[in-house]
Amino acid sequence: MKSKILIVDDEQDVELLFRQKFRKEIKSGNLELCFAFSGQQALEILGSEDPPQVVYVFSDINMPGMSGLELLGKIKSKFSDITVSMISAYGDNQNYEKAMNSGAKEFFTKPIDFESLKKEIGEMILGNK
Amino acid sequence: MVISIISLILLYYLSRPMGLIKVSPEWQRIFKGGMIASAILITIIGIKIPLLSQVATLAAILLAGLIAYITLITPELQHRKGMIYAWLPILAVETVEAIVRMISQSFYDQFHNYFEAAGVFAFIWAIAMWIINTKQRKALELEKLKALQREKEFEITERLKAQLERQVAQRTKEITKQKNELESAIKELTAAQTQLIHAEKMASLGELTAGIAHEIQNPLNFVNNFSDVSTELLTELKEELEAGNQEDAMEILEDVIQNLGKINHHGKRADSIVKGMLLHSRSSTGQKEPTDINALADEYLRLAYHGLRAKDKSFTADFKIEEDPSLEKINVVPGDLGRVLLNLINNGFYAAGEKKKELAAAGNPDFVPKVTVRTKKTNSGVEIRVRDNGNGIPDEIKAKIFQPFFTTKPTGKGTGLGLSMSYDIITKGHNGEINVTSQAGEFTEFEILIPNQ
Repeated sequence: MKSKILIVDDEQDVELLFRQKFRKEIKSGNLELCFAFSGQQALEILGSEDPPQVVYVFSDINMPGMSGLELLGKIKSKFSDITVSMISAYGDNQNYEKAMNSGAKEFFTKPIDFESLKKEIGEMILGNK
Repeated sequence: MVISIISLILLYYLSRPMGLIKVSPEWQRIFKGGMIASAILITIIGIKIPLLSQVATLAAILLAGLIAYITLITPELQHRKGMIYAWLPILAVETVEAIVRMISQSFYDQFHNYFEAAGVFAFIWAIAMWIINTKQRKALELEKLKALQREKEFEITERLKAQLERQVAQRTKEITKQKNELESAIKELTAAQTQLIHAEKMASLGELTAGIAHEIQNPLNFVNNFSDVSTELLTELKEELEAGNQEDAMEILEDVIQNLGKINHHGKRADSIVKGMLLHSRSSTGQKEPTDINALADEYLRLAYHGLRAKDKSFTADFKIEEDPSLEKINVVPGDLGRVLLNLINNGFYAAGEKKKELAAAGNPDFVPKVTVRTKKTNSGVEIRVRDNGNGIPDEIKAKIFQPFFTTKPTGKGTGLGLSMSYDIITKGHNGEINVTSQAGEFTEFEILIPNQ
């Protein structure tokens, strides 16, 4: 079964980067990526499907408008089945604890360690199979 | 005998001071000697020894003549001239009488009445002279006293004058000293002002550093990520080429080319941020250059936000730039204008952030701080508006906000120089205008108008 992942970041080049990093997984048909460039857009994407096909959301914290942490709270209250992990340049305790207390699964810091991210996504795909 | 008595009287008066005039001690000694001599002569004459008495009488006449002569010719004894003139007729009458009696007592007896009459006249003369002398002397003394008084007054005036001059000199010294102190104080203040402006620049650079670090980190991450993934892609490319998969190889090549473009793009982005930072820190050359105001505003809005965000992890805010795409490049000093924008934006975030804290403490956590920067092309140049949704500026301090050192921030949070420097940069540096509108509890909006010159 294909796993659909939503990545939320205000930097648009993230999309290109992720598509190349996970090109093998995408090619093999195990993974589908979609992208949102703000929290608002992410909620629109999730809300456009019923039930949402996205199973995992990776979100940046520091974005103009709705922050990643706000988005986390909203996803957790509306779509409690979706796993959410945070990716932030600010890996301080305050952010970490707030994310974890709000129900985030993992907390990745920027620059992204793609090895651990791949491992996380690999485990998810395995669990999804 | 009478002549000697007169000599004695004359000598007595000569030795005594007249009013304020005193004779020297030498003269006094001489007069005393004369008085003793006169006394001896009186005694000798009185005893009436024949011949000796007559010699004594001649000596008395000589002494009297000597006294009169010396008094009249000596300048030091001028003041007693009047007295001599008064006594002179009596002396003369007595002398003639004495000589006549010595030569012929019978002749004397015969003209006894004439001698007496002459004696009376001489006596009247003496009294008249005495009265006149006394009058003159009194007038003279009065004159002397007045002169003395004048002299005293003059001395007092001189003393006062000297004192005044001393005081004036002292005051002048004090004033000169104060003037020098003030001048050095002004110098110190000017130096302090320069230092403060520098410190303010450095402080805002410090605020920027975190933002800059974040802003550089992002493009650097992309540079690293895209170069990493390109290496992976090239390894795959090699495999595909070896396997002869021309189509896949081309696809990978396209990606690599695109990645290199991205690496270049993000490298330049980091480069422009570093350049912006240098622009901000270096002292202004005042050199105006055509500047993309939209890009400048965008850059400083992001720097300000990330700077605050890095400093205070709990800080979140919304920020938005509304650019006028028709805006052309405007001649400004980019570093200076950047500093102004940074200042206004930082203030905006601070004000909105404070309002959020207040509302959160009052149990209302939903307020989202927001700063909006708007650019608009105008007939003469550009209009930039920086608006925040903070608590606004109370009317009573609106007039003061551009004054140096005025700040409402707690100690250590603001120098009070930000807005005054901004005001100078816009009005003096760019011939522009900076205005503020605000509604208590709602918003503050700064409006900058810069003509394109």
